[in-house]
Amino acid sequence: MKASEPTPSVRAEPVDAAVSPSTSSGRTGSYDPRALLLAVLPPVMGLGLLIGIWAIVSISTASSIPSPLETWKEAVALFSDPFYRKGPNDQGVGWNVLMSLERVAVGFGLAAAVGIPAGFAIGRFAFLGRMFNPLISLLRPVSPLAWLPIGLLVFKGANPAAIWTIFICSIWPMVINTAVGVQRVPQDYMNVARVLNLSEWKIVTKILFPAVLPYMLTGVRLAVGTAWLVIVAAEMLTGGVGIGFWVWDEWNNLNVKHIIIAIFVIGIVGLILEYALVKVATAFTFEEVKS
Amino acid sequence: MSSLKYIEIQNVAQTFKTKKGLFPALRDINLTVAKGEFVALIGHSGCGKSTLLNLIAGLTTPTEGALLCANREIAGPGPERAVVFQNHSLLPWLTCFENVYLGVERVFGAASKSTGAPSENKAQLTERTNAALALVGLTAAAQKRPGEISGGMKQRVGIARALAMEPKVLLMDEPFGALDALTRAKLQDELLEIVAKTHATVVMVTHDVDEAVLLSDKIVMMTNGPAATIGEVLAVDLPRPRNRVALADDPAYLGYRKAVIDFLYTRQAHVEKAA
Repeated sequence: MKASEPTPSVRAEPVDAAVSPSTSSGRTGSYDPRALLLAVLPPVMGLGLLIGIWAIVSISTASSIPSPLETWKEAVALFSDPFYRKGPNDQGVGWNVLMSLERVAVGFGLAAAVGIPAGFAIGRFAFLGRMFNPLISLLRPVSPLAWLPIGLLVFKGANPAAIWTIFICSIWPMVINTAVGVQRVPQDYMNVARVLNLSEWKIVTKILFPAVLPYMLTGVRLAVGTAWLVIVAAEMLTGGVGIGFWVWDEWNNLNVKHIIIAIFVIGIVGLILEYALVKVATAFTFEEVKS
Repeated sequence: MSSLKYIEIQNVAQTFKTKKGLFPALRDINLTVAKGEFVALIGHSGCGKSTLLNLIAGLTTPTEGALLCANREIAGPGPERAVVFQNHSLLPWLTCFENVYLGVERVFGAASKSTGAPSENKAQLTERTNAALALVGLTAAAQKRPGEISGGMKQRVGIARALAMEPKVLLMDEPFGALDALTRAKLQDELLEIVAKTHATVVMVTHDVDEAVLLSDKIVMMTNGPAATIGEVLAVDLPRPRNRVALADDPAYLGYRKAVIDFLYTRQAHVEKAA
């Protein structure tokens, strides 16, 4: 975790960290070109390395793996019309991504609605903790896909079964992190509550909830990350519209370019989800009392 | 003196259960504090000063003996015994104002059962909160969060939170321990003024000899733990208001100081384990 900044909006933005005072030679420009180069060069080189290896693999397999350039051209063509619909099995990549995101949102939302209150209860009451911890330990390591047949059996449909799988895989991080957060509320805060003789409602709203929020958001972040991993696999098995199904469909069509594009799309969407949730988490992280 | 007993501690002992077995922290504690008296608890670290303060606060219950406040047994924490914590313990997600308001709202926002005082409205509660912040000179920082103010200011908010509840007893656990010497001196002077103004009964844990002599009417010196007890009680009979500069070469002040130092470093010299 990064150092917490209680009110990032109030504080003045620090001068660009890339500028080091010793190397700035008194010019009017605020950017030191060497520092800027050092900041940009490594990620560019990393990306270059990936594309380089990809190109070599492409050449050595006699283009059964398409080259980066061909894939790029295909991607440009694909993204020029992401929202077309030609029947149930041939829809634009935009629809596929949106359908996957919708499943993740529904499954994750249900998991949050159940998991966060459950985590609070398990963390607050030791009895419930001892009651549910063995169950959680037993069920958490199970691959979420193992739950898919149960989902198909109970809900008798591919879509609800996929949502059920997302629900199962994203509930554990939220239960566990919320419970840990409740257990780690600093004793000082609870002592304040006792000395001020606060009501249970005030304790929950003014102390427990804000203190647990950072832990809870970590759980949410882990849950969304896992959900996005699992949805691809679940959709490969259930079919329908979705980015995972799209990968499998293009494999059946032997359209490797689309598969590679799908890999990048999945990666970028995952990256955006992660980044957004980290931003939310830092906004709600406060300096803690150190005892 | 019996009419002046306000806090009474009778034969109190405290034993903690640890993984290595029972740990006797305090034994045979007998102490009375009069109304309006300022008492300092001093001793080496680990001598159970804070344990004793927590007992008075009601945060823990004694293994043996009884504690009384205004002739009633202390059964748990309550707003009539406000605590200023060592590490300020402000809620970091609330502003200074909200931190103080939380306690004010609890004490004055509902009709009092014991005194029959009616509940106060929001404007009155806000006024009380602002008055408490003004008392510690923090009106300007009211809307800031604890993370945006200095350590000394945080500690002052902690004091304001405690004072705003108009407690009968103010319990302070090394309130200035984490501060630099200059800030500490400034806050000690402020505390002297506030105590003179409010006639509060104060029990303060400290490990600072000068602080103890400057502020208190009575210094309770504790022996080393485990199974610590009160070694000696020194009445500090210096006239108030006290001025630290004038007292610096006052023979009476130096005499009290010498007595405490003598107790701490000669008779109760701390046997440090080879580190």
